[in-house]
Amino acid sequence: MTRDTPLLARYAESLFWMARYLERIENLARLVDVTQTFESPGREAESWLAMIRINADEEGFTKTGLEVTAENVKRFYLLDRANPTGIPMSLENARTNARTLRPLISTEMWMQLNVFHRDMLAIREDELQGDRLSRLCSRIKEGVQAHTGITEGTFFRDQGWDFYTLGRLIERADQTTRLLDIRYHLLVPGGTEEKLLAELTQWGGVLRAAAGYHAFRRVAPPGFTPADVVNFLLRDGAFPRSVALCVEQMEMHLGQLRSRYGLRGTVAALERVEELRAGLLGRPIEKIIGDGLHDFLDGVQRDLILLAAEIGTAFFRDWRPLAEVPEPISSQSQMM
Amino acid sequence: MQPSDLLASVNPFDAYRSGPYFCELTRDRDDGGAAARVRSRIAAIGLDALRARAAAAENDLINLGITFTIYSDSTAIDRILPFDCIPRILTAAEWRQIEAGVKQRVTALNAFLHDIYHARHITNDGVVPADLVYGNANYRPEMEQFPVRFGTYVHICGTDIVRDEHGRFLVLEDNARTPSGVSYVVENRHLMSRAFPDILAGMRLHPVDDYGRRLLSAMCEIAPEGVDDPQVVLLSPGIYNSAYFEHVFLAREMGVPLVEGADLVVERDRVWMRTTSGLKPVHTIYRRIGDDFLDPTVFRPDSMLGVPGLIGAWRRGNVTLANAVGTGVADDKAIYAYMPRIIKYYLGEDAILPNVQTNICREKEGLAYTLANLDKLVVKPVGESGGYGITIGPRASAADIEIARVALVADPSNWVSQPVISLSVAPTLTEAGIQPRHLDLRPFAVTGRETWVLPGGLSRVAMKEGSLVVNSSQGGGSKDTWVLMDDETAPAGGLAGDMI
Repeated sequence: MTRDTPLLARYAESLFWMARYLERIENLARLVDVTQTFESPGREAESWLAMIRINADEEGFTKTGLEVTAENVKRFYLLDRANPTGIPMSLENARTNARTLRPLISTEMWMQLNVFHRDMLAIREDELQGDRLSRLCSRIKEGVQAHTGITEGTFFRDQGWDFYTLGRLIERADQTTRLLDIRYHLLVPGGTEEKLLAELTQWGGVLRAAAGYHAFRRVAPPGFTPADVVNFLLRDGAFPRSVALCVEQMEMHLGQLRSRYGLRGTVAALERVEELRAGLLGRPIEKIIGDGLHDFLDGVQRDLILLAAEIGTAFFRDWRPLAEVPEPISSQSQMM
Repeated sequence: MQPSDLLASVNPFDAYRSGPYFCELTRDRDDGGAAARVRSRIAAIGLDALRARAAAAENDLINLGITFTIYSDSTAIDRILPFDCIPRILTAAEWRQIEAGVKQRVTALNAFLHDIYHARHITNDGVVPADLVYGNANYRPEMEQFPVRFGTYVHICGTDIVRDEHGRFLVLEDNARTPSGVSYVVENRHLMSRAFPDILAGMRLHPVDDYGRRLLSAMCEIAPEGVDDPQVVLLSPGIYNSAYFEHVFLAREMGVPLVEGADLVVERDRVWMRTTSGLKPVHTIYRRIGDDFLDPTVFRPDSMLGVPGLIGAWRRGNVTLANAVGTGVADDKAIYAYMPRIIKYYLGEDAILPNVQTNICREKEGLAYTLANLDKLVVKPVGESGGYGITIGPRASAADIEIARVALVADPSNWVSQPVISLSVAPTLTEAGIQPRHLDLRPFAVTGRETWVLPGGLSRVAMKEGSLVVNSSQGGGSKDTWVLMDDETAPAGGLAGDMI
């Protein structure tokens, strides 16, 4: 006989955020990798400035007092332990959440994360140089992917799994919009055949960063254009990092929380998901691009923030008034 | 033969000398040859391989996060409890004495607590001085006339036991509040079976992995009457507590939520936990936070760890706390001195496990004797844990002895003293080969309706040569502790590897 066990609100929140932080780490590694690919000799700083922009980190970076150079931006994301949007602090936050979750997650999940955390703290400056950077990015991606695989194979499938997956999907959808945002300025209509080819090369880089290059080739129409790439990353129904597929899965997990576990707080979140889907699929891609992709992506990001807030309000936020947080030895900021 | 081969073939026990102390692995005992087998297996592995495997095993502990946290100078460091791969063996006969002695002691502690919070016979009869009990900082008037199920106050007890040079077991202290260390008992066996299966193979040992199930059963037994399927939780101060790993371990082994104070809320004098589907009732709380921190509305108002209203809910009988509030008065080092008389008073028996002779400095003779013999005695503060504030006379400098003297005279009632016990030793892997190191033993007893003692316990080893301080916060390590099965009662064909 088994028992029906309720899930502590604090555990649900930690699962959601652990997944988000890890997904963010994987995507940061992808972004760094693709940014390096786009470096044009003599104008490296421009590419790296774009990375700061799409992460909305202008203010944070300015605070470091450093000049925007390839070196400084790489350090900002890969080494700077004080940068709340960088990999070291994201990993610290993921591990702190995992530590909270140790009674719940599998020993294997904890151990992998613990070891991954230690490896990442040991990254040295020279690993950010030249061809070593790409290898470092692979290692970071693989660290998160190992986590994902171990979780898939060992984590108990009760409502905790749904909260974990929701965190991952929201972050993944958000990150895909950021990846798209890197190249949105390439979508100015018109231009020569050479210009189109150059653009497609760059979009190929974006697709590779999202691990979608070959899948896109299989489903793309002959004579595809940049708009087809955007459509694929935003709206493909089978590509795991497409925003639309993420949204569809969010709906499934929210629905499961309601139907299987009777959590009624899902209503507002489900409405948000419905709005997101309508916004994504309601118009032809040409119209979205024509009206301005950058603004569109901003809108999707805002909707995702609102969705996370709905989930938080319904299931997490009431569990602990902020004033009561004990022993702020390493304070953890779980905010967008 | 190369010189290195010659070295490898040397039995590392040949140079081992336990000195005047009782040795837990080389003294002849009725162990069916178990110790000899362990020694020859270790010799066969050889020192180098032993070191390499021990290092790998300790690395596993770090990766697994089987660590405790030390706070000093506002920095937090995660440390492992150093693991020594040479096991400590208790024979079936030795264990029978320890098990019976621990049960007797826990029974007496509970009887004592029930008495002092109800009829007060023992103080009225003058067996224990009244002011020592009712004037004790750990005495809780809130407990007076308060009924607890089965008369059990101390649900989880850790009894610190040492062995003198004759191999006699002596109780050093009782831990009746929130004793820690049981997770290492179980994890050490896991580690041993992963890293040293060749040392364990075929040994007929009592398994140690039943602790969580026994603990959960006890926690369910003590839940408020009338609750069919009680919700048990483990209340922890949280991830920054030095014993957080142990809290995780216990919650997992019991399969219950690990909650922090903020996860619990008291409404209508009942305790609830905040879940994704709203508030759910809680019936038994295994709390790993001290009395003072349980409820800011009753005890320390600045406590962020507790739950406002918890004591009210508990006094109405809607929730059970384990251990009960107010057990600290029973494991106080001053009360300890009276334990043999307390056992006699309630059970009419002599202590199966004797005490170490203890001088109570609040009493004139005790103080005078202590002051006159500071250089020969161990002086301990009453009510401290973790090995802090202890002065070991024969090893202390003249200046340290003066410091102890000043502290003693300033507040005699805060101190007790004991003769230095020549603690037993066990062969321990060190930089200088296999060397004797002092150790103690903390068995863990779980009591609901009845008392059950986890076979073995935590053997804590002072890793420094000659040191007598085994506390983990002061650099102590630990050993896997084996309890040999009785040949008559052991199940046939049982191999240690299968039972872990």
